[in-house]
Amino acid sequence: MSALLELRGITATYGASQALFGVDLTIGEGELVALMGRNGMGKSTTIKVICRLLANQEGSVLFAGQDLTRLPAHRAARLGLGLVPEGRRCFSNLSVWENLYASARPGEWTKDRVYGLFPRLGERADQSAGSLSGGEQQMLAIGRALMTNPRLLILDEATEGLAPVVRQEIWDAIGTLKQSSGLSILVVDKTLSELRQIADHATILERGTSVWHGSIDDLTPELKDKYLGI
Amino acid sequence: MLRETHLNGLLMLALLIVPLAALALNEPFIITLATKVTILALAGVGLNLALGQGGLISFGHAIFFGLGGYSMGILASHAQSFTPLMEVPFLIEGTKLMPVIWIVAIAVSCLAALLVGLLSLRTSGVYFIMVTLAFGQMFYYFAISWPAYGGEDGLVIFVRNEFPGLNTLVPIQFFGLCFAVLCAVLFFVSKLNKSAFGLALSGAHFNAERAETVGIDITRVRLVAFVISAGITGLAGALFADLNRFVSPTMFSWHTSGQIMIFIILGGVARLYGPIAGAAVYIILEHYLGAFSDYWQIYLGLILLFVVLFAQGGLIGGLSKREAAHD
Repeated sequence: MSALLELRGITATYGASQALFGVDLTIGEGELVALMGRNGMGKSTTIKVICRLLANQEGSVLFAGQDLTRLPAHRAARLGLGLVPEGRRCFSNLSVWENLYASARPGEWTKDRVYGLFPRLGERADQSAGSLSGGEQQMLAIGRALMTNPRLLILDEATEGLAPVVRQEIWDAIGTLKQSSGLSILVVDKTLSELRQIADHATILERGTSVWHGSIDDLTPELKDKYLGI
Repeated sequence: MLRETHLNGLLMLALLIVPLAALALNEPFIITLATKVTILALAGVGLNLALGQGGLISFGHAIFFGLGGYSMGILASHAQSFTPLMEVPFLIEGTKLMPVIWIVAIAVSCLAALLVGLLSLRTSGVYFIMVTLAFGQMFYYFAISWPAYGGEDGLVIFVRNEFPGLNTLVPIQFFGLCFAVLCAVLFFVSKLNKSAFGLALSGAHFNAERAETVGIDITRVRLVAFVISAGITGLAGALFADLNRFVSPTMFSWHTSGQIMIFIILGGVARLYGPIAGAAVYIILEHYLGAFSDYWQIYLGLILLFVVLFAQGGLIGGLSKREAAHD
């Protein structure tokens, strides 16, 4: 399996404080990888480096064989990075379909296909995004990322702060996406039980360093206690 | 409560009916006032594209208003004195034809906006306001110190420029022309706002980082919006100069920038018809309160304060009780 995204030895700082001390991460074509770790271990910072919202100090970010390190965020996004950011952040001044239309780039994913995946969005197409429930906004954020027709979908804490029923809906949609579209997916989350069902591999971050990488099935209770326990 | 679209319709109808009624009642000055509202509203529609849709608080739109005015002034003054604008390397003569003047005004404004925008869009927030203001002052002092075109005294154009098929010296005909231009621009901007470009612009206004991660080049989108916005304000400047048959550096002053901004804030930020309501209220106050006191702007200040504090979404938003979506 060829690597779609390859991070090697990434270090990054916010001003004077260093957040990443050496992160390695590989995602293959069609693979679903979970990026795990406790709060403050550098998961979101790693996502920012991938999407070029934060410049890394050292190391390389290769996406589809291309070096992203010198590209601005919008150019990286156009190469096929579809980010669903933490906290959803829809354009809440626009309607649902306007949100989708503003992000659209040609490809398999169209408005109707997104409505097929999330029928609730179709029902609320003309409603303003700001008036949607948290779960619906999350669906819209995923739909908007899909409208860019990405090669890699990145979900940063996609189920955080949502009701259990809605969470399950999101997880089901991610599972469907993986099976039906062959899209590569990077999921940042803390809930191991759901990830076990859909992820292929996992990478664990601890204090800004990637400390473990392997099949999600090899993630033993000991490792879980060591790196993911509270 | 009125729906916003109905309110917009009523507003445009009123703007059309008032001068027609004034014509019937033989009150040409009212027609001139309505023309002034139309032209200033047009300048506001231009700025609103940058300020309302794009969130670019430009305090330098007087640059484009002034450039539009001086495009008219320079071309028409050469035409009225029968001296060419330039002979070497090729001959350029002045003109009294409005369509030509408009194209020049738009082109010059767009070009200036491209340069001003390239530099000022590197900044944001209060720095953007200051940089655009600084550019505005540069143009203002340049106009004052340029004796060839009147310097501080400005330029007087004796006869209004011509438009094929119309007698622009008849107030109602000139009003009709300006009204038609305003309608055409409103149609263009409404289409633009609903296009992928317009959505990207307002998306970037709301959440710039998010817009970047869906592949929107926000600097480019903003620059294009700034340039289009300047073109519209420049066109308004050319019409305003023709209304007064006079151009002066005041058109470049920061008061002018502030005035255009007041139309938008009064009428409703990011509301397509907001500047029309704003300009109308402004001119009515200026005319009727101005007759009582030279300090009429005290009342304008009070009204502005009231609108900002209590009528969210300006006059249009307050009267239609439908706020633009935000959380």
